[in-house]
Amino acid sequence: MTVSSLSDFSQLSARAIRDGIVSGEFSAAEIASAAYSRIDALEPDIHAFNELTPQLAEEAAARIDAKVAAGELLPPLAGVPAAFKDNMNLVGTHTTCSSRILKNYQSVYDCSAVRRLLDAGALPIGKCNMDEFAFGSSTENSAFGPTRNPWDLDRVPGGSSGGSAAAVAAGMVTVSLGSDTGGSIRQPGALTGTVAMKPTYGRVSRYGIVAFASSLDQIGPFTRSVEDAAMVLNAIAGHDDMDATSVREAVPDFTVGLGDGVKGLRVGVVRDMVDLEGCAPEVRAATESALATLATLGAEVGEIDLPMSQHGLAAYYIIGPAEASSNLARFDGIRYGYRAPDAADVLDLYMRSRAEGFGAESIRRIMLGTHALSSGYYDAYYGTAQKTRTLITREFAAAFERFDVLITPTAPTVAFKIGEKAEDPLSMYLSDVYTIPLNLAGLPGISVPCAKSATTGLPIGVQIIGNHFDESTMLRVASALEAALALDMTPPLTGI
Amino acid sequence: MSISEADVRHVALLARLALSDEQIVRLQAELNSILGHIEHMQALDLEGVEPTSHSIPLRNATRPDVVRPGLSRELALLNAPEAENGAFVIPRIVGAEEGA
Repeated sequence: MTVSSLSDFSQLSARAIRDGIVSGEFSAAEIASAAYSRIDALEPDIHAFNELTPQLAEEAAARIDAKVAAGELLPPLAGVPAAFKDNMNLVGTHTTCSSRILKNYQSVYDCSAVRRLLDAGALPIGKCNMDEFAFGSSTENSAFGPTRNPWDLDRVPGGSSGGSAAAVAAGMVTVSLGSDTGGSIRQPGALTGTVAMKPTYGRVSRYGIVAFASSLDQIGPFTRSVEDAAMVLNAIAGHDDMDATSVREAVPDFTVGLGDGVKGLRVGVVRDMVDLEGCAPEVRAATESALATLATLGAEVGEIDLPMSQHGLAAYYIIGPAEASSNLARFDGIRYGYRAPDAADVLDLYMRSRAEGFGAESIRRIMLGTHALSSGYYDAYYGTAQKTRTLITREFAAAFERFDVLITPTAPTVAFKIGEKAEDPLSMYLSDVYTIPLNLAGLPGISVPCAKSATTGLPIGVQIIGNHFDESTMLRVASALEAALALDMTPPLTGI
Repeated sequence: MSISEADVRHVALLARLALSDEQIVRLQAELNSILGHIEHMQALDLEGVEPTSHSIPLRNATRPDVVRPGLSRELALLNAPEAENGAFVIPRIVGAEEGA
């Protein structure tokens, strides 16, 4: 290898990496070492990772290079550096969920989505920082310190999958996996200028991810191109015996048709969401501009209101915490995780281990969820939220009778300053106002960069929403927009 | 429906969280603020609407009932805060005066 052939490592696509390895331009081992060189340079300022796994990456690269030497066919993501949100188990790593309560937890089995990505040839580079247990929209709620946005180190990368987003945006890895319960992939995608997708609920197995809200959680990719996102989805999608909610739906090749354009596709802009108070004028303008581009490309653009989705945030802040309070009951200081010292009895052990182990936002959500499920309040809160969820789902179903895809902003503002919303949980929750309704309805969504702010230069994303199990059409629209806009989404990395 | 301080203490016990007085007071304010902002949901006409617990219609998923290896005892205990003789160690549950 020559140093020059890898000097632009941070810009290489997954396909280019595999092609380069096949053609002998560079080896998988050299790719791994290029990734770690870049991480060495940037990580002290960005803090995208909780753990680096050079030994695992080296072993995976050696397996790829042995295949090359033996003249064997390489898997589709051969040699592609990948990172995983730290709520995904991988043997040989810790899985901390960025929580003190799981600080020393060692994975004892593999998350299915991680395993599938590695089986497709990806190199495991490390585990990414996140909001504790995925509770947050800024990656500030990490017990191990915040992740910084590669576009501006004083700003958040979004969250909760902020480490996964920052690692891809900064070119430290080519692809990463995050999890999305209310927007935790798409919102950080928008704030870091990356392509970020939440597949349909049930499309990807949730086995081996630490559960937040089981009826909402879904794993998906961060990438720097729509084609890479399709390639990652190809690797991780499909039924898994270990997750009964993963569906037996046929899995198409998601890269097929990416270049087919949008001519004749019915694109619906969700007017009342775009016009929402609290949406920054520059975000609104960027959304309108993306729609104009799609119209120019031949899409039939129409308008629709989704008034029920305005209640999405409220329904989510009952259903999410309710399911989380139940899922997090397993952290009791007995079988794994932090145990408070010198407990007088079992109740004291439970109560102090949990209070000392969980951070402030986790405690807030557990309390909210426990209250919403408690006797006397269950119908008023949980029951009402679940019925509201039905109305939101129906409203989307009606919208998809008129449109092939729907368009909204991904997040109401560009990346905000670290600390700006830390003391105000409600304003933080509002960051996910556009992404939450999709989780409630189980729909797929992708955030694609669509502009840079004229004042700050920060990225703005647009959300494309597909119908259930129709990621292909959604990806096709995303790909057309990406090609037409041809934005340079390389962060300036000034100050590093 | 606002939450009283006693409600917060009750919920903390249900959630098995030993919270300080300061945390209780703060959570009371925060939870009331959050619940105040979701009140608008209560005004929706939900008469006759079925609740959704799961967004995708699911059929029961079964697999062949065959024996396959599970987690070994060694791995199951790997992350135990305290383990002894192949078992988790926990504080005494049954009072000393009741036996043992």
